[in-house]
Amino acid sequence: MSANVDPQAKPETAVRKPDGGKGGSKEVGMDRKEKTQGRLAALLIVPTLVVLAIVILYPVINAIIMSLEHDEGLDPVTGTFVAGGFAGISNYTHWLFQQCTGPGGETVSCPPGTLGAQFWSSTGVTFFFTVVTVFFETLLGFWMAVIMARAFKGRSILRAAVLVPWAIPTAVTAKLWFFIFAFDGIANTLFNTSILWTGSEGPARAAIIIADVWKTTPFMALLILAGLQMIPADIYEAAKVDGASTWQRFRLITLPLVKPALMVAILFRTLDALRMYDLPAIMTGGANGTTTLSILVVNQIRIGFNSAAALSTITFIIIFIVAFIFVRFLGANAVETASGGARGKNK
Amino acid sequence: MGNKTKRMLLPLATGAVLAMVLSACGGGTGGGGGGGAASENLDGRGPITYVQGKDNSNVVRPLVDKWNAAHPDEKVTFKEQSDNADQQHDDLVKNFQAKNVDYDVASVDVIWTAEFAAKGWLQPLKDTMEVSTKGMLPATVQTGTYKDVLYTLPQTSDGGMLYYRKDLVPTPPKTWDEMMGMCSIAKEKGIDCYAGQFAQYEGLTVNVSEAINSQGGSIVDKDGKATVNSPEAKAGLQSLVDGFKDGNIPKQAQTYQEEQGRQSFEAGKLMFLRNWPYVYNLAKTDGSSTVKDTFGIAPLPGKDGPGASTLGGHNMGVSVYSKHKATAKDFLAFMTSEETQKFFATQGSLAPVLESLYDDADLVAKLPYLPVLKTSILNAVPRPVTPFYPAVTQAIQQNSFAALQGTKTVDQALTDMEAAFNTTVSK
Amino acid sequence: MSTMTETATAHAAAAKSVARRRERWASSRTYISAAIIVLWCLLPFYWMVVTAFRDVGYTFDPTPFFTHVTWDNFATAFSSEMGNHLDRALLNSLFISGVTTIVALLFGVFAAYALARLNFRGKFLVLGMILGASMFPGVAIVTPLFQLFTSINWTGTYQALIIPNISFVLPLTVYTLTSFFREMPWELEEAARIDGCTAGQAFRKVILPLAAPAVFTTAILAFIAAWNEYLIASILSSDATQTVTVAIAGFTGSQPHQEPYTAVMAAGTVVTIPLVVLVLIFQRKIVAGLTAGAVK
Repeated sequence: MSANVDPQAKPETAVRKPDGGKGGSKEVGMDRKEKTQGRLAALLIVPTLVVLAIVILYPVINAIIMSLEHDEGLDPVTGTFVAGGFAGISNYTHWLFQQCTGPGGETVSCPPGTLGAQFWSSTGVTFFFTVVTVFFETLLGFWMAVIMARAFKGRSILRAAVLVPWAIPTAVTAKLWFFIFAFDGIANTLFNTSILWTGSEGPARAAIIIADVWKTTPFMALLILAGLQMIPADIYEAAKVDGASTWQRFRLITLPLVKPALMVAILFRTLDALRMYDLPAIMTGGANGTTTLSILVVNQIRIGFNSAAALSTITFIIIFIVAFIFVRFLGANAVETASGGARGKNK
Repeated sequence: MGNKTKRMLLPLATGAVLAMVLSACGGGTGGGGGGGAASENLDGRGPITYVQGKDNSNVVRPLVDKWNAAHPDEKVTFKEQSDNADQQHDDLVKNFQAKNVDYDVASVDVIWTAEFAAKGWLQPLKDTMEVSTKGMLPATVQTGTYKDVLYTLPQTSDGGMLYYRKDLVPTPPKTWDEMMGMCSIAKEKGIDCYAGQFAQYEGLTVNVSEAINSQGGSIVDKDGKATVNSPEAKAGLQSLVDGFKDGNIPKQAQTYQEEQGRQSFEAGKLMFLRNWPYVYNLAKTDGSSTVKDTFGIAPLPGKDGPGASTLGGHNMGVSVYSKHKATAKDFLAFMTSEETQKFFATQGSLAPVLESLYDDADLVAKLPYLPVLKTSILNAVPRPVTPFYPAVTQAIQQNSFAALQGTKTVDQALTDMEAAFNTTVSK
Repeated sequence: MSTMTETATAHAAAAKSVARRRERWASSRTYISAAIIVLWCLLPFYWMVVTAFRDVGYTFDPTPFFTHVTWDNFATAFSSEMGNHLDRALLNSLFISGVTTIVALLFGVFAAYALARLNFRGKFLVLGMILGASMFPGVAIVTPLFQLFTSINWTGTYQALIIPNISFVLPLTVYTLTSFFREMPWELEEAARIDGCTAGQAFRKVILPLAAPAVFTTAILAFIAAWNEYLIASILSSDATQTVTVAIAGFTGSQPHQEPYTAVMAAGTVVTIPLVVLVLIFQRKIVAGLTAGAVK
């Protein structure tokens, strides 16, 4: 218990010194305070958890239960579907090892053109899109935020402009880019090219990445901008007086201070990108190596719910692992420090 | 010490328990179908709801109003879904699964009947529920039939036609080979020769089926067994692959859905286009159309004569969960009557399912393409009638697209297609 | 002595002019960057507006400036005769997104305050669970949620749209606010309490204004996320509670197979511009007001 001297509690203990003295033993005071704080914290967090439990936890548990049953099978005599029965983990091995049931009931590897054959390629596609889009969005977003944070005439025009791509409903955005990248569309007309944007793998992926980066960079930019605005101006003044160069100020002040906001932005963009659906679904329908895991889930839902539930659960686990790595090892600072209290106690 | 944690976890735990209970009884899938529901409420009368995709040209609303005026105690509420076929499908599935009694009558795309029937969601249209299909085009009735029982009643039809430039080709080609032979004319003029819908989406299934059926092949047989690995089917897919290889079908057609092909044709960049009847009106009236007076229509070219068009259109089905099936049945009859069919055709340019209307002088005057469309639909073949349609169409699309792109041989594509069907069906 | 001051002044003057030149260079660089960003963000939007104003008969005309200009597409977008109730959908979206934002911010501020300021066990677990809510594919949530809401007769109600929306934006809201709250100068809050403020007052009057940029940014992100939500709304809304995204998805051409592309772009324009204007006004008024009241 006494190990619980977490840096965040410092200012408080400092100010409350007289209080602590009154309580006699400091440890007892801490304990009581922690108790009241815990009660308050529970009260403050419960609303959030309740809402999340209704909307997210229920579907997740539902999916896990459903994933343990076979998809409905067709009764060849009556021609109607009948419940598939308990499946164990066979829905999971179906995806992970690409195992399908052959005509004689034997296990065969899923032939091309079945969804089962696409699991690993879709996983690859999803990660490819995530890494590339998040990378460009971070870079561009940071640049936009830095420019937006500067004081200059016409800054509000810039801020309005940056909001626009993010504010257009995704379905409209996807349609817009779909037509921009049509063979006889504006992109080919303007650049006097005849690229089959949605006709082969490279261009199709490029088109989706361009559309996604255009649409979601503002999200990054706004979050980073908010982080920049939280940095007190006097720190820069002091650094300037000390003769720090622009690069030094960026590296030594801006970057560390904006890091929590930046990490939250990257983390959430990553989670979103791993679930990317609308843009590829509308722009290419998943053709030409653009089938993401979410598209695969939707296609599978139309064919069989139970396998789709297993696939959703697998996707969930994949994203969980990514998030875990992110938080634990890549130093998503906001999360790390925020969890400081809990970790301090575990020691 | 664990006190606070416990208190915090309490709502979560409750949520989890709640979830388990709900998912246990929510049940989800329609398992085994409606069971007894199909024999209930057969003579129920009262208000019903009709569910359909977006009413494009404002034809359903006036019809519903007309019905309601005549049936004040059995009013129909019209529920419009989105314009997207996949979303309409998913919406219907969700509501059937939830046994929604408010989805009494639904418009069902011709490719969904088998799936919904096998799930037990559709009321068989027999015995007291029987509605006459007299005079309807046989192929359209086939789309509503699963295991020899009629489940959905044809409402509107659709078939592919060949749009051609009569200024360049005075007489349209009758066969595929003849058409390919005419491509030199297009080459001279510096335009593309032929295009259909070859992007990887449902339209590709339509076009590939047409190619295969036109060569005398088929995709599945009556029992849902794959028949795609046959010399005829191979010839069909090969004809498209060769078209791309020779440049008779431009490479960009692999990105075409209906609209991109229409755009190219209207811009005068394409000599032959396979498309639905809707292009007719637009190519005549669009401001940007350069072919207003120079295009003609013909039946799709086949092996030795007219090709086998794939059938489009919508049917109507009654939910087994409906409480007012007698009303639903009457509404079905009303919506497929000759008078209504005429209204659909004149107001919404929707192709009728009654054969006689294709020769109706008034209608032909309004929709000059009707005689050609009649040939098309008379030769039409429905897409595979199988409860696994979503999986089957995926297998067709992915494998044939690979063949069109040249990343897979035609033989390999058809072998893979067959294997994919087989694993799907045996699942 | 005097020479030294002179050289010092000269040095200072030289330094000043260098600084000024550098400043001018910096400011023109800012403008160039700003111009590039504005172009990047607005060019596709410009094309959207051009299409929105183009006669439907010229839908595919790739001329990059305004030709065949017409208001017809906007009329189509609002036409109740064609069943496109964009006006009603706009009000619905405004209401749903507004309530979502307010509730999510309220809950988010509570949770973030607890996570950033209070010591309690299981913090990591709570954070993990909140983050976990952003990990399940949204497309897979819809079906069970539909069954849940159908079983309690909630389909077509506002709460059936608002509650899922809240849960979708809450994880981001809690995380951003937590990360910002960690950076706040909490000594000020203590100081305010010594001055006689209650904990609540201190938080409201001192901390919240300081956090205004962060809270406001979070609000924008939450509002727009709710505004753009489609999946849930498409399944759970009725005609009366339809949102703009659902309304736009329902647009059709005059013929089957015809893409209502120009009308969709018109509707896209209609729903985007007021949103941006709204955000800017809010930003001016509210943030300026809040920050002005802050203890500096």
